[in-house]
Amino acid sequence: MSAPDSPLLAIVGNPNSGKTTLFNLLTGLRQKVANYPGVTVEKKIGECWSQHGKKLRLIDLPGAYSLNARSPDEAVLRDVLLGRRSDTPKPDKVVLVLDAANLERNLYLATQILELGLPTVIALNMIDIAEGKNWRIDVKKLSDELGVPVIPMQATSGQGLLELKSAMSREDLPQPRWHSAPLPEEIRASVLATRAELVLTGAVQEKSSLLEPLYLLSDHDPLHAGIKDTQLGQISRGRAALEKAHPGWEDQLVNDRYSAIEKLCREVLVRPDQEPVTITQKLDRWLLHPIFGGAFVLAFLVFLFYLIFKVAEGPMGWIEAAFAALGSWVTGVMPPGDLRDLIVDGAINGVSGVVVFLPQILILFFFIGIMEDTGYMARLAFIMDRLMSVVGLNGKAFLPFLSSYACAVPGIMATRTIDSPKDRLITILIAPLASCSARLPVYLLLISALMPDSVSLWAKAGIMVGLYALGTLGAFGFAWVLNKGVMRGANAPMILEMPSYKMPSIKGILLLVWQRAKAFLLRAGTVIFGISILIWAASTYPKSDSPDASVRLEQSIAGHAGHLIEPVIAPLGYDWKIGIGLIGSFAAREVFVNTMAVVYAVQSEDEEDMTPLRDRLRQETRANGKPVYSPLVCISLLVFYVFAMQCVSTMAIVKRETGSWGWMWFQLAAMTGTAYVLALMIFQIGTAMGY
Amino acid sequence: MHLPSTLALLPVGSSAVIHSLPTGRAGLTRLRELGLTPGAKVEVVRRAPLGEPIQITVRGSQLAMRNHEAEHILVTPAEA
Repeated sequence: MSAPDSPLLAIVGNPNSGKTTLFNLLTGLRQKVANYPGVTVEKKIGECWSQHGKKLRLIDLPGAYSLNARSPDEAVLRDVLLGRRSDTPKPDKVVLVLDAANLERNLYLATQILELGLPTVIALNMIDIAEGKNWRIDVKKLSDELGVPVIPMQATSGQGLLELKSAMSREDLPQPRWHSAPLPEEIRASVLATRAELVLTGAVQEKSSLLEPLYLLSDHDPLHAGIKDTQLGQISRGRAALEKAHPGWEDQLVNDRYSAIEKLCREVLVRPDQEPVTITQKLDRWLLHPIFGGAFVLAFLVFLFYLIFKVAEGPMGWIEAAFAALGSWVTGVMPPGDLRDLIVDGAINGVSGVVVFLPQILILFFFIGIMEDTGYMARLAFIMDRLMSVVGLNGKAFLPFLSSYACAVPGIMATRTIDSPKDRLITILIAPLASCSARLPVYLLLISALMPDSVSLWAKAGIMVGLYALGTLGAFGFAWVLNKGVMRGANAPMILEMPSYKMPSIKGILLLVWQRAKAFLLRAGTVIFGISILIWAASTYPKSDSPDASVRLEQSIAGHAGHLIEPVIAPLGYDWKIGIGLIGSFAAREVFVNTMAVVYAVQSEDEEDMTPLRDRLRQETRANGKPVYSPLVCISLLVFYVFAMQCVSTMAIVKRETGSWGWMWFQLAAMTGTAYVLALMIFQIGTAMGY
Repeated sequence: MHLPSTLALLPVGSSAVIHSLPTGRAGLTRLRELGLTPGAKVEVVRRAPLGEPIQITVRGSQLAMRNHEAEHILVTPAEA
């Protein structure tokens, strides 16, 4: 990205300190997003120029509360700053972002980082909010005490940016002078002993200070990201020895640090006896009100889902129409043949099937961005936490799960806001059980086949609601089981910070939306594109000369596969034709409707109109003259679609977000297995009872 | 001399001083790192509409936690 000789500056700070806003302000669009290898933590790098035209490389490190890591995010911060990650060079300088309006707590991480001894400049952000509270911060004194430049600023408006940039590009940026309190002698001796052991195995560098072994000994990240398996035993033995010799040593170190910070704050911060009521407090009186708070959440969600399902419909229609036009244009200019079919039926159809979800995804991420940026997301989690705790999740899982009713792909991508790795994984695993919009056409078709026209719309709507409820119950049941049984490790306590409300930075949100949309198109797009071509090929080859499309399909690989799986699905009441539909559904569930139309050779002028296909389904009979789509089979199929994992895009995202093939296969097996068993029970018990 | 109560029992709107937290519990260590050390002043701002979690102010920051954590945190009444 740039010459290695330009200095690398790490941007570091607490969550909600405005760190990312500052990074966006400095780099503009010149940034790249990737993942740190082995963990699902975003790695953002970018560059900017100093006033003198010198290039600076920037890395936006994950927000953290402490170098005593409690999540993979915090472990990445610790390891990059200590130079322990082979994929990321140790930064040359640090830009420490502090929330001036929350100075005392922000100084906890800040003092830990200053003690690492890297040349540092402090961006004292949100100075306007601190001034609004009538706080007086002695910037000069703070700078003297810490030994580094302190620049008061406001990242949202850009005020103070020039001063910060000139400090960042200083060649002589000083090393900090700050040391909170010497390690108590007996703790120091124990850490020294562990350090000697760790140096022997190469876990820490020989020339390392005491801090590296100290922060490894206080690692509480349940995934132990950044620590090699071979060193884990050694570290936990060291930890046990330290715990035995000095029970509560970690807590003592926290208390000592806060004592030093309190002393510092008494010198640099003057708070009025009576602080004016802030806008945040005024807003929270309403937004977290026992009644109005809940009503606002409800209204907000209704509005969001209206946008996702109704407003997105327009652009989705345009996208479909555009691809259809492209397809017929290609059909017109190319000679008939396999290549044309491949391009039109395989490639263009496949891409269209992915891109059509883009409007929903853009809307969803835009709203998630607004909620994150303004600070409302934490309030939503606060209100919903009690409800989610029933199944062992916390409030932060609420929005990702809810988003999955539109589409599991953005829902799973949104789980990055959940900081507990266990909660995040459970949310990813249950998200596809929310009945997504791709299931809707399948539900509609089967419900209309199931019930005679005389049945009232209300009854049909009732079944629809029942299906959504069944999926939701299933998701909560899965969460409960995963939480109690499958996943090891204690639940991390739910601790939520409620930041001050801020005006959202539209530029930053649009950047985030763009990055997420790109990730979706690239990851899900390439996979679903490949699968669409595969399924097209499977339903086309080997070719037969029959003029009848349904016969051609029967002769194809897909037709044979339908026959092949018939013994497995026959106990659920399905024949091989339904089998073809099920196989096709693995590209995307709604494909079922189109596949069945081909299977039964139903021609319809209007693709949206399911009536001809529904009538055809009702006529279909078995060898013994009984209808294939008996009510029992329809119900069995509906339940199968509620539970089965049949979406390759979701599987691709699960693989990416969990960083593991194992969880992807586990999810596929658990969901489809449950679907199979439930459909089997429904059909077998129903048949035995004489339905 | 008042006997210590717990943070979970503190009524909404009242303040207290942290007396002690049990040592060696990972979750509570994080709460210490967020500023809930012995001697720090806390105020219960509100409870969520469904009764939990509770929102507190400590060292100028707003934190929310469940009763499960709060009931282990011993507090003494703040001197008026």
